[in-house]
Amino acid sequence: MKKSQKKLRKSTVSNLINYAIVLAFYLVITVMIQTGNATRHMKSMLVPICVAVILAVSLNLVIGFLGELSLGHAAFMSIGAYTGGLLSKFIANQFPQIPVAVRFPVSLLAGGILGALFGALVCLVVLRLKGDYLAIVTLAFGEILRSIVINLEFTGGAAGLKGVPQDASFTYGIILVFITLFVIQNLVKSKHGRAIQALRDNTIAAQSVGVNATRYKLIVFSLSAFFAGVAGVLYSHNYSILTAGTFDYNYSIEILVMVVLGGIGSIRGSVIAGALIVMLPEMLRSLQDYRMLIYAIVLIVMMLVTSNETLKMQLAKYNPVLIVKNNMAAKKQKEEN
Amino acid sequence: MNFLSNLISGLSLGSIYALIALGYTMVYGIAKMLNFAHGDVIMVGAFTVIVAVNSVGLPAVAGILVSVLICVVMGVLIERIAYKPLRSSPSLSVLITAIGVSYFLQSLALLIFGSTQKSFPKVFNLEPMHFGELTVKGESVETLAVTFIIMVALTLFINKTKMGKAMRAVSEDREAAELMGISVNRTITVTFAIGSALASVAGLFFGATYGFIGPYSGSMPGIKAFVAAVFGGIGSIPGAMLGGILLGVIENLAKAYISTELSDAIVFGVLVLVLCLKPTGLLGKKINEKV
Repeated sequence: MKKSQKKLRKSTVSNLINYAIVLAFYLVITVMIQTGNATRHMKSMLVPICVAVILAVSLNLVIGFLGELSLGHAAFMSIGAYTGGLLSKFIANQFPQIPVAVRFPVSLLAGGILGALFGALVCLVVLRLKGDYLAIVTLAFGEILRSIVINLEFTGGAAGLKGVPQDASFTYGIILVFITLFVIQNLVKSKHGRAIQALRDNTIAAQSVGVNATRYKLIVFSLSAFFAGVAGVLYSHNYSILTAGTFDYNYSIEILVMVVLGGIGSIRGSVIAGALIVMLPEMLRSLQDYRMLIYAIVLIVMMLVTSNETLKMQLAKYNPVLIVKNNMAAKKQKEEN
Repeated sequence: MNFLSNLISGLSLGSIYALIALGYTMVYGIAKMLNFAHGDVIMVGAFTVIVAVNSVGLPAVAGILVSVLICVVMGVLIERIAYKPLRSSPSLSVLITAIGVSYFLQSLALLIFGSTQKSFPKVFNLEPMHFGELTVKGESVETLAVTFIIMVALTLFINKTKMGKAMRAVSEDREAAELMGISVNRTITVTFAIGSALASVAGLFFGATYGFIGPYSGSMPGIKAFVAAVFGGIGSIPGAMLGGILLGVIENLAKAYISTELSDAIVFGVLVLVLCLKPTGLLGKKINEKV
């Protein structure tokens, strides 16, 4: 009895490792900045990395745990980006006495909530749809939103929204990453998380044991959109200009690439892949014109290597972790015999 | 009369979408994958025509044939290298690989041709036609006529030939088809070849209608065609034709009578509306789920 109480659950350990990875990343970067080892280029990537990680983790909730393909994540993000950006701009102009430490969290919350409302709206529309039909409707919503934003006056139209105060910092970003991880990991681990995954594995069977599909779909979509909105606010407070063209379906696809590359349903994978996808084009910068070409080839090769069963089996022969695991399993079986 | 001419240019735009959507829908029906790189095949086809006619100096007809040939070879190669190893993988992995292929084609075109758009050669020297007060652009007539012929030919091919039968069988039940001695791999290869050929024809008309082609020109028509395929019910060949043509007409009429800037939003809005009422598209089959 005592032993099982002391021993942490496997999922808890796994979650703690995720926090540790983020914390370690934060500490390493902070030390590098303090000692003057960080280049300007590196510093400029820090907030985008946080944005990407939040987006990837929140999209993974929809794709990995609810099992629906959403191609409109960038739209939720743009809702947050514009809401937060306009609100911060308004507060900064009208009430300059309000400090950043109040202004920015208020904008974050507002952007998240509006994102969540939009997510719930999209979810209500797509309730009857499945698979690729659902994917195309989320994509359609994103494109509709983008066209509308370009044609509105107060969003700055096609020229973009200027003058959003640059409140975002790496520390804010990391705190938001922590909050995202905390909420989503605990949701997945909870009773509700199991209900969501049951819906993914077999909708009819889950419903027949009393899981309310509509309710959980709404929860997942709005929560995922909430964090996408928050990521959007962070994004808009990092650049001096915000253009609607940024949030097209290609951006949604980029987030999808992070999720799939990191592993569908793996939160740690999303964290790592999110950071990598932001850094990869920058790391390839020295290749200049060949950058996107190499990126495309890396993407294809990675997918071929990670998804092809025969290739995977071949590679597993050289994986030290797997070798140790298999040896231990073999030993155990011998002892039992 | 104005309405009629808008309708006709909408039909011509719609038939370009339909040609691309056919490729999407056939590949989806048979290989069960969303080939996101399909839109970029249009761009490759159009660039091939530009190079063949403007740089090499081939006559227009030869240029078109070369373009079709190159697109077919490319489509089959892409399938062999990037998609075939993932035949049994989850569909999302294949989707991401297709996106990778799309990035690859775009950046390759960017490297070769640069980011400025190239002007498309005058392939069809057709005078605008006059029917009473109505004036119709030559390209529109050409596009409509050729698309009509292709669609009839394709329908006959699918319904009357042995290969067409094999395609329908594979799309209905891949395993059962394999047990009946149909080579699934060959069927998929032929599907990609036909899809790419249709895309190159679409690229030709797209170039002739708009006059300019850049590395990213294939992206938006590709997405619109995807929407058209879903609109008509993805996997259904008549659905893709209907969806493409409807989409083109709606887009053109929206541009003419409502707003140029909001035409995309209206097209996507109609799609959302249709899918709300008919969740598997206009002509899509309803699949009953079983536990």
